[in-house]
Amino acid sequence: MEEQRIGTANGQEPTIVAFFCTWCTYTAADLAGTSRMKYPPNVRIIRVMCSGRVDPQFVVEAFAQGADGVLIGGCHPGDCHYVEGNYKTLRRIALLKRVLREMGVEDERLRLEWISASEGDKVARVINEMVGAVRRLGRLDLPAKRRGWDAEVLPHHGPTEAPAAAAASTGR
Amino acid sequence: MSNPTKPQVAFYWCASCGGCEEAVVDLADGVLAVVDAVDIIFWPVALDFKRSDVEARPDGSIAVAFVNGAVRTSEQEEMAHLLRRKAQFLIAFGACSHLGGIPGLANLWDRESVLRGSYGEAPSVVNPEGTRPQEAWQENGRLTTLPAFRDTVRTLDQVVEVDYYLPGCPPTPKLLMDAVQAILSGALPPRGSVLAPDVALCDQCRLKATKPDRLLLTSFKRPHQVLIDPETCLLSQGLLCLGPATRAGCEALCPSGNMPCTGCFGPTSRVHDVGAKLVSAVGSAFDANSPEAVEAVLSSIPDPVGTFYRYSLPASRLRRKVSQVSPAEAAQ
Repeated sequence: MEEQRIGTANGQEPTIVAFFCTWCTYTAADLAGTSRMKYPPNVRIIRVMCSGRVDPQFVVEAFAQGADGVLIGGCHPGDCHYVEGNYKTLRRIALLKRVLREMGVEDERLRLEWISASEGDKVARVINEMVGAVRRLGRLDLPAKRRGWDAEVLPHHGPTEAPAAAAASTGR
Repeated sequence: MSNPTKPQVAFYWCASCGGCEEAVVDLADGVLAVVDAVDIIFWPVALDFKRSDVEARPDGSIAVAFVNGAVRTSEQEEMAHLLRRKAQFLIAFGACSHLGGIPGLANLWDRESVLRGSYGEAPSVVNPEGTRPQEAWQENGRLTTLPAFRDTVRTLDQVVEVDYYLPGCPPTPKLLMDAVQAILSGALPPRGSVLAPDVALCDQCRLKATKPDRLLLTSFKRPHQVLIDPETCLLSQGLLCLGPATRAGCEALCPSGNMPCTGCFGPTSRVHDVGAKLVSAVGSAFDANSPEAVEAVLSSIPDPVGTFYRYSLPASRLRRKVSQVSPAEAAQ
């Protein structure tokens, strides 16, 4: 019973995976930390060299593995360390949003923000807003949904978690 | 009937259009060599064997079973399990069994909306009593049954273990012939391989040399909207050719016929989610640096899921529509 209660409480709390570019947004998150700004602990930050390094596959994979939201932080337009990485991010995320919308993933679950190294307060504000928005939507929890979808078929012997692994296996 | 000295081969189709069966017939003279080398013991589309004939065989006695089509009904699922048990090699034959294929796009809806559309709302349907097929029906003391229609369309490997994949919509006769020969001679790559080259389609495209290093497209066009220059890379002409993120093996049949690649061979081994990878590739190929300009370009792609996951929605990492969003929201 006790376990059940804790499980439910945990189940309600959304997880957000954040990809922060090392030059701007990650530094800003560092600043937020050293400045003792407060934001909810729901975010798991992954540091990437550039927001342009965030392959849309990373976002889809995060959702597939149970993330309820994905936040991407990059340098302001014109400030990219790699000149135009963040413009590519802008285009890719806009297109990915259209795809995800059709797949039933709400817009608020994927957010792109430009946060410069000095904007520690913006990191805290964006995370606060996003956790609030995703809490209102409820959890996405794809692993649980997948178990639900699979309940209609005979117990199977094929790969469950990673159908892509088979498709991705080596050819000649 | 069956010659015990020849390897026994079975063909079966699940949710598919029949094109894969046609591809076998398209072997033309080659089919004679196949028939000469193997003993076909089950092929419902062409030969009169029954499910009970397969059930009566010892487990593992069939050398190879080629299964095409996605798995949608309980019957297809049972046949997949049966053939898996009876066959030494189970081959996913064609895009539908490999990745879900066109039938897999039904994963944008659920069972209820599909049935409502087919037996109610379709303009050609007259069904005032709302009659629908029943899984079981009793009349005059006799019970008739139909296979159950599942909520989700699946790839073959989401139902049973698959040994090899022959990609394509349909696989080309050459790939099929190569696969049959590889199996007969025992010269097979590691289990789980896709039996096609592991490079992008552009590699086999005759227009490859005309593909610029840097694409700066300002809108995407559909084939009927432009006069296509047959000597220039289709993507550079603004046609959404999926060659850069699609596996080679078809020898670029579609681009050779002025049709952009739609991605039926699926991804190469480095890609885990075709649609997301295509989003990445397409995002790099156009020129727009403000949110408004980006939206303007993207409005020229009317059906992103149908374009990027045309053959692979069930094999995608999301697998199906995850929750219901109203059509008005989706159209925004």
